[in-house]
Amino acid sequence: MNTNSNTNHFTKQPGLYTQLRGVILYSLMISATTFSNIANAGMMDEPVVTKVAMNKFEITNANHNPKVWALNAWVMKDIQRLVLKSKGESVDGETSSENMLLYGHGIAPYWDIQLGLGYDTHENDTHNWGVIGLSGMAPYFFETNAYALVDSDGTLGLRLATEYDTLFTQRLILSSELEANAYSDDIPELQLGSGLSSIALGLRLRYEIKREFAPYIGVEFHKTYGQTADYHKEDFESALVAGLRFWF
Amino acid sequence: MNTQNLSIRSNDSQPNSLTRRTFIKGAVMSSTMAGVGFNPTQLLASTPGGIQNQSHVQNTKVLSGTEFHLDIGTSIVNFTGTPQLATTINNMLPSPTLIWREGDEVTLHVTNHLDEMTSIHWHGIILPFEMDGVPGLTFDGIKPGETFTYKFKVQQHGSYWYHSHSGFQEQNGMYGSIVILPKQKDPYHYQHDHVIQLSDWTDEDPHDVVKNLKRMPDYYNYQQRTLGDFFSEVQENGFMTAFNNRKMWNEMSMMDRDLSDVTGATYTYLMNGANPSTHWRGVFKPGEKVRLRFINSSAMTFFDIHIPGLKMTVIASDGNLVQPVEVDQLRIGVAETYDVLVEPQHEQAYAVFAQALDRSGYAIGSLTTDANLIADTPELDPLPILGHSDMAMDMSKMDHSMPGMHHDMHDMKVMPSMEHSQHQEMNHDTPDMSAMDHSQHQEMNHDTPDMSAMDHSQHQEMNQNTPDMSAMDHSQHQSMNHAMEHDTPALKQRLQPNANLEVADWPVEQAKIKWGPHTNMRAEDAQYRLSDPGVGLRNNGRKVLTYADLRNLYPTNLEPKPDREIVLNLTGNMERYMWSIDGVPYSKAEPMHFKFGERIRITFINNTMMNHPMHLHGMWSDLETGDLNYLPRKHTIVVQPGARISYRVTVDAKGVWAYHCHMLYHMAGMFRKVIVA
Repeated sequence: MNTNSNTNHFTKQPGLYTQLRGVILYSLMISATTFSNIANAGMMDEPVVTKVAMNKFEITNANHNPKVWALNAWVMKDIQRLVLKSKGESVDGETSSENMLLYGHGIAPYWDIQLGLGYDTHENDTHNWGVIGLSGMAPYFFETNAYALVDSDGTLGLRLATEYDTLFTQRLILSSELEANAYSDDIPELQLGSGLSSIALGLRLRYEIKREFAPYIGVEFHKTYGQTADYHKEDFESALVAGLRFWF
Repeated sequence: MNTQNLSIRSNDSQPNSLTRRTFIKGAVMSSTMAGVGFNPTQLLASTPGGIQNQSHVQNTKVLSGTEFHLDIGTSIVNFTGTPQLATTINNMLPSPTLIWREGDEVTLHVTNHLDEMTSIHWHGIILPFEMDGVPGLTFDGIKPGETFTYKFKVQQHGSYWYHSHSGFQEQNGMYGSIVILPKQKDPYHYQHDHVIQLSDWTDEDPHDVVKNLKRMPDYYNYQQRTLGDFFSEVQENGFMTAFNNRKMWNEMSMMDRDLSDVTGATYTYLMNGANPSTHWRGVFKPGEKVRLRFINSSAMTFFDIHIPGLKMTVIASDGNLVQPVEVDQLRIGVAETYDVLVEPQHEQAYAVFAQALDRSGYAIGSLTTDANLIADTPELDPLPILGHSDMAMDMSKMDHSMPGMHHDMHDMKVMPSMEHSQHQEMNHDTPDMSAMDHSQHQEMNHDTPDMSAMDHSQHQEMNQNTPDMSAMDHSQHQSMNHAMEHDTPALKQRLQPNANLEVADWPVEQAKIKWGPHTNMRAEDAQYRLSDPGVGLRNNGRKVLTYADLRNLYPTNLEPKPDREIVLNLTGNMERYMWSIDGVPYSKAEPMHFKFGERIRITFINNTMMNHPMHLHGMWSDLETGDLNYLPRKHTIVVQPGARISYRVTVDAKGVWAYHCHMLYHMAGMFRKVIVA
């Protein structure tokens, strides 16, 4: 996702939200039936649990005030989980997004290996990926995701993100997130160039009114490199953000 | 069934006052406070349905006799300002206090008015397994609308409790206490007898509590380390020390303030069904002796109990009498019971103060000379911070390494005599040392099984005041020990080897542990920590009860040696909120097989940072606290974080039994079926 692509024209991707809702509802259904079994049978040690987390749902002060989201939803049983990730931005009703549907399997106490498909959208174009990655908590409590992507042309992509929470109080929490993306070849339709394409740093200060519901304000720095930078008017941008972080 | 109306009042602060006299006479209890009439029709169980059809919860009453009718339904309760539906028995929370008599056969008709299955398990009661009340294991459960009749002979006495063994009904209010009067009088005299049943109440649906923990393991922890905490440590110790102190925890992605999974963030802590504002009250006259029967009926909460201004003399644990030991404070694990005697002397109100282990809340009541006078609420103790010993880390690998420590010494299977010279080296002022100190201390302490007086005094000194250890006169200790061995032949014959000195000449069985994503910690250096009062109670200036203080009132020297030993590892991954034994959750585990008639030694190693109160149904757990001649007999044994503990079980009850951690939200996985044939 890049914050200055709002100067471009997008076509709407109406299917995305509908698809998301379907997955969410299905997950909730599974969750509800499983838990009623516990109450009756007394014992069930591997309940199916769902979590739908909208980690970012914000508006920024960049041109045309893009709306940005980052969603991480999963259905988990024991150490297996089905993960749906989606992030992107919408400007004037048009969206650009990165989406992944992954199967995750616990390989270490804090780590899942994840396998699946990626689906990027940009303007009129879409791009499909095969994805393998690691998701979990690195020592010192860094929530970390690392994905390697490959498309049908053999182009490789690498997307890394790590997040760290600093507690000012039990409810006032600063989340610092660092992202880096790199690709082996140009992907013009996604306006991505080969090599290191972008690095983003986000600082978001949230207040957890409830664990599940936290408004935040923050700042996002974004820098593009190499060919990727050529696709964009400016190679560095910063923006103020305000949004909500919520999960259920 | 003899329904006794004890002190029905307009508010909820209901004293469960059982005076000894009324126990014996079986007379109607006299109210300790101004009585208000109650409506007998409200005693009938309510019918399930919408909240508008529900009756409000009644104060707990005492039922005694040999035949009981227990009706399980729902009632409206209000502990937080918001009315909620609780699962109740006879419309009461806690459920009625049952008075049985040792030797009687009791019949209990339990009728299910809920629209889901239910069950009652008689916790700690020795009975035929069909009467044990574990659905799917010992019977089919009680279906909606059905009545199940429990019938068994009461073979024991003391303080026990009962609760639902179905789903989360226990969390939702379905628990009551059992007081069994002894055939032969207890060797204690007292004028008042109170059950003090502690519990944790949440307005949330317990299913949601589990989901929250699965989605975010620290969901309920609002005492996490903040940036400010780090800065003040930097200010105090400098950046590098502060950083290094954090290092191991950070590297392992663990938190030293991860004390309880579920906290006061959702819980309201209750004493006999009274929250801190309604405040339970028990009335006494100065100089009278009062027996308090503490019963922890919480789903997830350990309590640290003290009564400022009073010493408590512990006389029983889990129903069984122990040699009296005077303490200032005791920690009661989930499902444990402790009986204490107190002798308040002054015309005043004494606070019976039960802090949640993580200090996120408390239950409180008053022992008072005037029912209208309640005690001030004492201050909560400081937030406990977990130490390295709670993770069973090998301390030699730590940064502030301590030269001269020999860890192999701690291998307790065969305990060589103490190297007293070590004490000099151990006299460091590191808080984490306490666990180590105590384990060693314990070994020494119980070299001399019969010198209880000496044990206790020295014990206290060492326990409270680790740095003073060097002051101990080891030579004297040793010589006394020596003298003991040359005591009268009769005495010598009676003595068996010390539990910790005993050579394990029995086979030891240990399943292969499945380490993996479902286990996030491994206790590399798990120690016996019997004289460790536990995190938050170490060196707090009070005499705190520890397991090492528990000695059966009666000799147990005729118990045979174990035929075999089973080592069980308690495992889990708190980040994924999964719990298991030997890395295997209940659903994937084979049943354990015990042979009828054998004596088993069970050793638990806790590879997690949580306390696990392990409860074996149907058979006693004879806890090795140091002296084989006086093993205290318990039904629930707390295994401290990163610690190991051993106890012995005489397999004298055929059937199918449950064996599990009594933390309600650990229980699904940390559970085994035991087959005795």
